[in-house]
Amino acid sequence: MATTAEGFDAHHGHGHDAHDHADHKPGFFARWFMSTNHKDIGSMYLIFAIIAGIVGGAISGIMRIELAEPGIQYLQWWAQFMGGGNDLNTALHMWNVFITAHGLIMVFFMVMPAMIGGFGNWFVPLMIGAPDMAFPRMNNVSFWLTVAGFFSLLFSLFVPGGSGPGAGTGWTVYAPLSTSGSVGPAVDFAIFSLHLSGAGSILGATNFITTIFNMRAPGMTLHKMPLFVWSVLVTAFLLLLALPVLAAAITMLLTDRNFGTTFFDPAGGGDPVLYQHLFWFFGHPEVYIMILPGFGMISQIIATFSKKPVFGYLGMAYAMVAIGVVGFIVWAHHMYTVGLDVNTKMYFTAATMVIAVPTGVKIFSWIATMWGGSLSFKSPMVWSMGFIFLFTVGGVTGVVLANGGIDDNLHDTYYVVAHFHYVLSMGAVFSMFAGFYYWFPKMSGRMHSELLSHIHFWTFFVGVNVIFFPQHFLGMQGMPRRYPDYPEAYTFWHEISTYGYYIMAGSMVFFFVNVLYALLAGKKAEANPWGEGATTLEWTLPSPPPYHQFETLPVITDAHDYHDHRPATA
Amino acid sequence: MATLPPVTHDAETARRNLRVGLMAFAGALAMLGLGYAAVPLYQLFCQVTGFGGTTMIATEAQAATAAANATGQKISIRFDASTASDVPWTFHPSQVTDTITIGERDIATYVARNEGSKPITGMATFNVEPEQAGKYFNKIQCFCFTEQTLQPGQEVTMPVLYYVDPAMLDDPNMKGVEQITLSYTFHRTSAPATAAPAGTN
Repeated sequence: MATTAEGFDAHHGHGHDAHDHADHKPGFFARWFMSTNHKDIGSMYLIFAIIAGIVGGAISGIMRIELAEPGIQYLQWWAQFMGGGNDLNTALHMWNVFITAHGLIMVFFMVMPAMIGGFGNWFVPLMIGAPDMAFPRMNNVSFWLTVAGFFSLLFSLFVPGGSGPGAGTGWTVYAPLSTSGSVGPAVDFAIFSLHLSGAGSILGATNFITTIFNMRAPGMTLHKMPLFVWSVLVTAFLLLLALPVLAAAITMLLTDRNFGTTFFDPAGGGDPVLYQHLFWFFGHPEVYIMILPGFGMISQIIATFSKKPVFGYLGMAYAMVAIGVVGFIVWAHHMYTVGLDVNTKMYFTAATMVIAVPTGVKIFSWIATMWGGSLSFKSPMVWSMGFIFLFTVGGVTGVVLANGGIDDNLHDTYYVVAHFHYVLSMGAVFSMFAGFYYWFPKMSGRMHSELLSHIHFWTFFVGVNVIFFPQHFLGMQGMPRRYPDYPEAYTFWHEISTYGYYIMAGSMVFFFVNVLYALLAGKKAEANPWGEGATTLEWTLPSPPPYHQFETLPVITDAHDYHDHRPATA
Repeated sequence: MATLPPVTHDAETARRNLRVGLMAFAGALAMLGLGYAAVPLYQLFCQVTGFGGTTMIATEAQAATAAANATGQKISIRFDASTASDVPWTFHPSQVTDTITIGERDIATYVARNEGSKPITGMATFNVEPEQAGKYFNKIQCFCFTEQTLQPGQEVTMPVLYYVDPAMLDDPNMKGVEQITLSYTFHRTSAPATAAPAGTN
């Protein structure tokens, strides 16, 4: 019973009372399949997100290799491999299936489970001093709904979806391509997958809202909450208000496809553009759902490794609230080319640019936190600084694209692809790696290698920039997104972009080696491996924390501020 | 069952949790309802504002008012026709373009012929381009307001009585618009005839 002994050891010499039953764990099946423990569920979400990330990342590799040179090289092979025909149409459909699967997997089964399900589940209760989530069993339901959704999406790859197997609609699932344009059950399974994971996320959001409102430790007021908890709270509200609209839209798609309704079919008085409005009413808050928890993590990490309270705490918290609120009224900037009139475009251009203000508040506050701080460039810190730089680059191209007039030209080009990969594939992903290296010692009880983490950072940084920076050039030269082939003129930057993918993929080897090394041979992590800058409640617990924590609730007194929640005796 | 009970809270916390949880869940349900409410609201919005090229339906009285405001300026109207792929009709306008006086009513005709071997009932959806012209393009009578049934080989000439509202001359969005295209698409109707006018959006 090595684990029990370890856990017991970890309790010694610590301020908190170690109860005998605090680390008693149920058997394997009950612990992992019927889990009600927020830390176990968080771990499962993280492992699930890593697996989904490998699948989604492999698909992007297939696409980058195909795009390395003009012409169709490998798609026909893949179409046959997936059980389709050998003709060009099936091969082109296969391409659509790849872009769809890559988008849906990365959004719904990688970023969201990792950010909200993984880090949110693990650290929201710890940071607010709660024993667990408000509804532990519902938490379990959320996780398994997400897993079921992932399998529904994978299953859709093996059933007919029009001119070949799989759903080839893009992650936006626009009608009429997704209705009359895709015959066969594949799109139904893809839609069902969104229903399942959406239901899981709504339940999760309900859980987080209740936990954060009701289960804070005595004295932990909203204005003393760590910014990561604030970010998850805002995210949960966005999920709660945006996902049901997606659910309504895709349910209409389902009934249009199967039961003869005409919500999006002009023959019966419907309008396909309505689907786009509904989708993007969900879709724009969704991009903030993916990045806000990252904002929260970056705030914790920058403060920790600057050994300073975060600059402008209230401004940081309410900037996230403002981003969340304004995020709901800018959706039509994704559809400037559907024929909006000039005044509508002007409104959406202006409203979209307003979001740059609270986002700028955050960027400047992070920099101001570092300013004059005692910086230590540990692995979470370098990833966070990488995040600030790359997210800002993505934000700048976002301001360009916000302009209705410019977007007429850049709409659906690689410029857009470059933009949203800078904010997601670099913004969100860098913040997740930062959070992972920040909390991995806490979650596992083992230290990872700083050297491997730094090598991972630098190679990944070079790799993703080599992939995506040239795509700005391709987009401005008119290369449209979602095509497997292109005129020879675009070859140069496509080839460079594919080299970037190889660098990025190679850098992931360092990540996995690092995790394996840490789990097998890593140094035991102390309760607080990051020193005096780490002041939130999770660092007051041993690493890993006991199976049940805070049986005696921590108390936040008037002596505590928003930054330092450690017990006064320490 | 080998499961441990979840961490127990006192009954008061559990009750408060349930209340907040239910409130949040009700919020989600309300948004789901709003998603569906968007369908009729969007249709209403398009019909009222002419958004997306939705044309207007005018009464005789409105047409008379418009004619009284006519300034004598002219505009060109282009006519366009198409059919859904499962409607075996030939369908075309009798005139490709027409130049009319803004404010005054004009009549245009379309010709449809059933080339198939079975009687087919169809209904035309309509739209104008540019889209900002939708709210100024008024129809007094139109074959698109009702379903049309054509026997095999039958050919019909169908009228549309319309005018362009002189208010367009005061709209900066309509500046530079010298031609409005009116487009119809015939779709097969499977349901029995209804009195409600069909329309895009």
